[in-house]
Amino acid sequence: MDLQLPELNLLKMLPEIFLFLWALAIITFDLGTRRKTGATVGYLSLLGLLITGLILVFTGYGRGFGNMFYNDPLALFFKMIFLGASFMAIGSSFGLTNQKIVNHRGEYFALILFSTVGMMFLSSSNELLSLYIGLELTTIPLFVLAAFFKDNKLSVEAGIKYLVVGAFSSALLLYGLSFLYGMTGTTDILLMKVNLAVTQLKFEGNIGLVLIITIILLLAGIGFKLSLPPFHQWAPDVYEGSPTPIAAFLSVGSKAAGLVAFAKIMVNGLYAFYDPVMRPNDWGVLVGVLAAAAMILGNVVAIRQNNIKRMLAYSSIAQVGYIMIGMVSFNELGLASVAFYIFAYMFANMGAFAVVAFFEDKTGSCQIESYTGLAKSSPVLSIAMTVFLLSLAGIPPLAGFLAKFYVFAAAIKMAQAEGSYNWLYWLVGIGLLTSVFALYYYANVIKTMFFSDADSPYKLSFTLPVFTVIMIGLVGVFLFGLYPEPIMKFASEIPTSLGFIVD
Amino acid sequence: MVPISAYLILAAVLFGIGTIGVLITRNVIVIFMSIELMLNAANLALIAFSRGMNVLDGHVFVFLVLTVAAAEAAVGLAMIVLIFRNRETINIDRFSIMKW
Repeated sequence: MDLQLPELNLLKMLPEIFLFLWALAIITFDLGTRRKTGATVGYLSLLGLLITGLILVFTGYGRGFGNMFYNDPLALFFKMIFLGASFMAIGSSFGLTNQKIVNHRGEYFALILFSTVGMMFLSSSNELLSLYIGLELTTIPLFVLAAFFKDNKLSVEAGIKYLVVGAFSSALLLYGLSFLYGMTGTTDILLMKVNLAVTQLKFEGNIGLVLIITIILLLAGIGFKLSLPPFHQWAPDVYEGSPTPIAAFLSVGSKAAGLVAFAKIMVNGLYAFYDPVMRPNDWGVLVGVLAAAAMILGNVVAIRQNNIKRMLAYSSIAQVGYIMIGMVSFNELGLASVAFYIFAYMFANMGAFAVVAFFEDKTGSCQIESYTGLAKSSPVLSIAMTVFLLSLAGIPPLAGFLAKFYVFAAAIKMAQAEGSYNWLYWLVGIGLLTSVFALYYYANVIKTMFFSDADSPYKLSFTLPVFTVIMIGLVGVFLFGLYPEPIMKFASEIPTSLGFIVD
Repeated sequence: MVPISAYLILAAVLFGIGTIGVLITRNVIVIFMSIELMLNAANLALIAFSRGMNVLDGHVFVFLVLTVAAAEAAVGLAMIVLIFRNRETINIDRFSIMKW
């Protein structure tokens, strides 16, 4: 018997392997020192993330495990985002581990790292099986993290809601994947694309029905991860109840993981990206409708929130709507703008959540009215918060503006190039209109901090990790707003990379 | 020999029962059982497809899905114990401190 083993290339997986072992070492370290490690364990996790980033740079492009594991620009770009989000989430949870999570610091940091490993694995996987495993490794630690305050009713409720919704959505996704496997006979995404195109599947007859069901199941499964309406109801509750750094990590890391899964399965697998003749099906309009719903619902409901975490949750639902505009404009700029958007969004959103987490640690409150007059007592914190919120709203010199600009530009370019895509104009119109609503509720927080006669009872002084996180956020928001070329250049390599071309 | 379509129909029925179970029952443990049913329906479909095409990918997929389901069940049952200690109920309608 002639058995041919695929080329293993284990070294290409070195960043994931290292981070996984590092997380295990952190649990062991915390246990070995009888849980009296203080902040050391947190700094160790940050160090682990930095080393992983270095290894990532030196590992470079390539593939391993046959065709299962790709290190292409898509994987590298999103791994940077995951590491950054994880770094900033850990950096902003030092206050928490000093006060509330005293006995479980090791598990807390290690679970964040495990989830990061899952995301990194997901972004490299080029095949349904490893993609599913990566997605589950991303979410299962997050279930535990959401319920991390064991005695807090809100946190436990957030945990159980996230768990039920997450498990349900992964079951939907899996059933969709099983149909994809059945229709194409392979789990390799590139082969799947070719097989789908060769058989010229259309929305006709029995197979068309199966294809529609498959697409709906996949959209529902990934839509839950992305919190796209109508699959968004869990997001505000989970964000409000879970520890604030975890909410931040959910809103950036988990969302970016969902985007990678979407790009891999839907954009790459189900849509022949390059050759218009090979496009077997068109689910773009459906996603466009969901994106419009996300922008309208997220921005309108955010206006009437009093709790800043809920407000940011609805704002993140709206941001996913903007990101999906880039995703459904199927040209080269589309995927690049998605990548740039999530990159800019990471700095602004993690920064805003870091401020919220810091404020909550010191004052115990998440209500917007507690921020009254904060500008007088702690000006630096208020200015940082203002910058982050303005970037989320998309105000010109900041990175958020360019992100929105690229997304809209991609959509308009596609609508001009192909007549059947003129519904993208509507999507852009809704995006521009709802940006105005967004500005209203972001400005409301700024107004509360700056233009209020009352004095804030709180005087906040920075601690080092929080200061670092906020500085990273500020630098990112300003630097990539004024000088986006290197990131955009990197991002525009994504659609022409290994995983998207059949060789 | 039983045709593959029979297995697929069985899988679809199981998946439907599971989905309805998740949507209409109020007991968290029953919801969890329904989710397991949905996962197993997907497993059955994978096995049927893989057997029909005479390839092994689907079989391997099923083993990994079983592992993932076990991990999910472990976390889920722990969470149910936690929320029962917290609230002394596992009726999902009562977990509504946060809304809108």
